[in-house]
Amino acid sequence: MTQDSPHPRNSVDRGALYPRDRDWHPAAYTPGYKTSVTRAPSRPLVALGSTLSEETGPAFGQNAIGDLDNNLILNFTGQPAIGERIILHGRVVDENGRGIPNVLVEIWQANAGGRYRHKKDGYLAPLDPNFAGCGRCLTAWDGSYEFLTVRPGAYPWPNDVNSWRPMHVHFSVFGTGFGQRLITQCYFQGDPLIDLCPIVKTIGQRKAIESLVAPLDMNRAIPMDCLAYQFDIVLRGRRQSVFENRMEGM
Amino acid sequence: MGRLDDLKETPSQTAGPYVHIGLTPNKLGNAGVYPVDLGESPIRDGAQGEAVTITGTVRDGAGMILRDALIEIWQADADGIYPGNDPRGAADPNVTGWARIIADFDSGEWLLNTIKPGRVPYPDGRSMAPHISVWVVARGINLGLQTRIYFEDEDNSACPVLARIEQPERRETLIARQTGPGHYRFDIVLQGDGETVFFDI
Repeated sequence: MTQDSPHPRNSVDRGALYPRDRDWHPAAYTPGYKTSVTRAPSRPLVALGSTLSEETGPAFGQNAIGDLDNNLILNFTGQPAIGERIILHGRVVDENGRGIPNVLVEIWQANAGGRYRHKKDGYLAPLDPNFAGCGRCLTAWDGSYEFLTVRPGAYPWPNDVNSWRPMHVHFSVFGTGFGQRLITQCYFQGDPLIDLCPIVKTIGQRKAIESLVAPLDMNRAIPMDCLAYQFDIVLRGRRQSVFENRMEGM
Repeated sequence: MGRLDDLKETPSQTAGPYVHIGLTPNKLGNAGVYPVDLGESPIRDGAQGEAVTITGTVRDGAGMILRDALIEIWQADADGIYPGNDPRGAADPNVTGWARIIADFDSGEWLLNTIKPGRVPYPDGRSMAPHISVWVVARGINLGLQTRIYFEDEDNSACPVLARIEQPERRETLIARQTGPGHYRFDIVLQGDGETVFFDI
């Protein structure tokens, strides 16, 4: 049950990808984040315009996704997880502002106490027996997606003596081309740990950091039920391919 | 005045050490949410083409093998057609083309069972040698690294992508070595001696 019944694509899903702005993304070598020191290539990347190998990509059908897959509060045991109930929603669009429908969004996160359900996480905050911390969905016709979850807690990690990750949700997003593949992290408006975090600070530009901070969205909150945060995701755009495929004589 | 419709790509962040929770929960041992992990195999029974098995590791600049790496691959079918949105037409229905592979939690070895892809045209019409696109993420990698697997027993001499690599000896880092019939080894070196070529695509 991997990809199935891919949705029909049109020409906007096929053009060459805009180059990545690698001054906007974090660099590979960011010594403040210590693990990057031995995991960053020391040679320059070899520049290559996108080819069919990057302009095409996997498609996922709705029947790969279960009804509760985007409900992290209930999708592990059916009993509710403990924590601050939130809707985490947004749109996946390209750099031209076009919503990207039918693409897979996957998230994972710690529980409300900052503990991950992973055998390598030994933090003393306890697991929540009703929280696994993973969710997924396909974007709707306009690129929108939605999760119901609990807000994750901050947690310590061994980088500097007293490093703490801000509250965050990991996002993995597909576009329509394998060259658009992206993993990132969503932070929450007003968290004072954001500016202290060595992983956040791998990003050099203030505006780029701000684009990872989800604002509180009271319009989407449900009274007496849950708060909401909005996290919009922008993937690489595609060139119109009209000049490459021009008709005879043009 | 700037154009109003040009947005900036969402900046990347590392996948971190616990990427398996979200992307391969069953392989981690967190059964109960998804029936199976996505991307178990890029092919189904009946896929046309030569069956190949590729194994390898991901190694850091200190020579240590990563136990927390996650790799995704994307490839064409035996005729060089990509599944889904290839403008040239439909691919082999038994080739989905995409797989998600994790390093073994103890040994760090990863394994891919697939079919050898056919040649795919470069934008100018020349043909690229058979290759599998690879995307590597892990703790300490801020932006997923893009590379390619080529095959030792194919004619790679005219591939326009390999030709873009200035130093011929660096091209060798993209060639999977044959270890037996249908078996190949492809070790990814993030940094240092024998550092794998990574692309800005």
